Amino acid sequence: MAGPKANVDAADDPDDPDDSGDGVRIDMISGARMEGLTTMEKIRLILDGVRDGNIVILEEGLSPDEESRLIEVTMTEISPDDFTGIEIETYPKAEAGDQSFLDKLMGRESTQKLTVIGPANRIETLHKDENLISTLVSRK
Amino acid sequence: MGLLTNLRDSISRVTDGLFAADEPKRIGIYGPPNAGKTTLANRIARDWTGDAVGPESHIPHETRRARRKEGVEIERNGRKVTIDIVDTPGVTTKVDYKEFLDHDMEKDDAVRRSREATEGVAEAMHWLREDVDGVIYVLDSTTDPFTQVNTMLIGIIESQDLPALILANKTDLEGSDVQQIANAFPQHETIPLSALEGDNMDEVYTKIAEYFG
Repeated sequence: MAGPKANVDAADDPDDPDDSGDGVRIDMISGARMEGLTTMEKIRLILDGVRDGNIVILEEGLSPDEESRLIEVTMTEISPDDFTGIEIETYPKAEAGDQSFLDKLMGRESTQKLTVIGPANRIETLHKDENLISTLVSRK
Repeated sequence: MGLLTNLRDSISRVTDGLFAADEPKRIGIYGPPNAGKTTLANRIARDWTGDAVGPESHIPHETRRARRKEGVEIERNGRKVTIDIVDTPGVTTKVDYKEFLDHDMEKDDAVRRSREATEGVAEAMHWLREDVDGVIYVLDSTTDPFTQVNTMLIGIIESQDLPALILANKTDLEGSDVQQIANAFPQHETIPLSALEGDNMDEVYTKIAEYFG
């Protein structure tokens, strides 16, 4: 499935100047970009971007196990006056309940859910329901 | 045919022995901070063992280590169910020490508390993936259940096929809305209660025996 073009190259380059000025940088990462990555590579990609102050949008989200590990790694990286954690939003409908027994047995987890992740001190959810996520993103 | 039947019966007896029904199941009490998890854990422990599990507080992240109360025997309808209660720190994706300063805490204490809180959340996630056999998910029925932490945790619990009982706590407070929680997680049964006042605990114990027995 073709997804939005991932803008992750700059995030990989620590020398890249922050050309966003007072703006907010958004990295939209396609499902294809995430597909070949291990759980820890995905988590690093997300957290490195978020710790740089960026908003990361995942086309296909994370599996429940990956979400669990993302919370765990986020907690280990929180430090006073530096990084207070993440704000993460997906649509509330749980995908897991819709999977067939065979899908679960074969490890075919349905995780396709648009996911927005940002620094906790810069992103605030205004409204959320089954069909709409409305967030306020503040500048640095 | 008889040989196969005997073999199957033998295997069944061995596996039954390995996974004995009377082996206490570890039931994790999960939920967001300040939902009343420790109040519930203490209520259950006091009702059936006479001891408490840990201190309760209105300040978020009072519980910063998972605490286990072993061998809690709950008697329901003539049968006994033995469980280990694991009271876990409230799960969140963010911890800012500045929030604790609002509770008359010095900066050093607030920073220490936030560091312990982050360790506690990581520990709780580890327990959920590795070490619990079932989950009691506690929500404050006066707050909006449509939060990302709730959505993710219920998803994680479901993905592991753990039996889960959702409790709508704090029904003694004005603004309690149990139906809102039932609507948020229609795939699960929602039981109302006030752990603080002990309201509806009979039904809670019946459901614990039913789900985890």
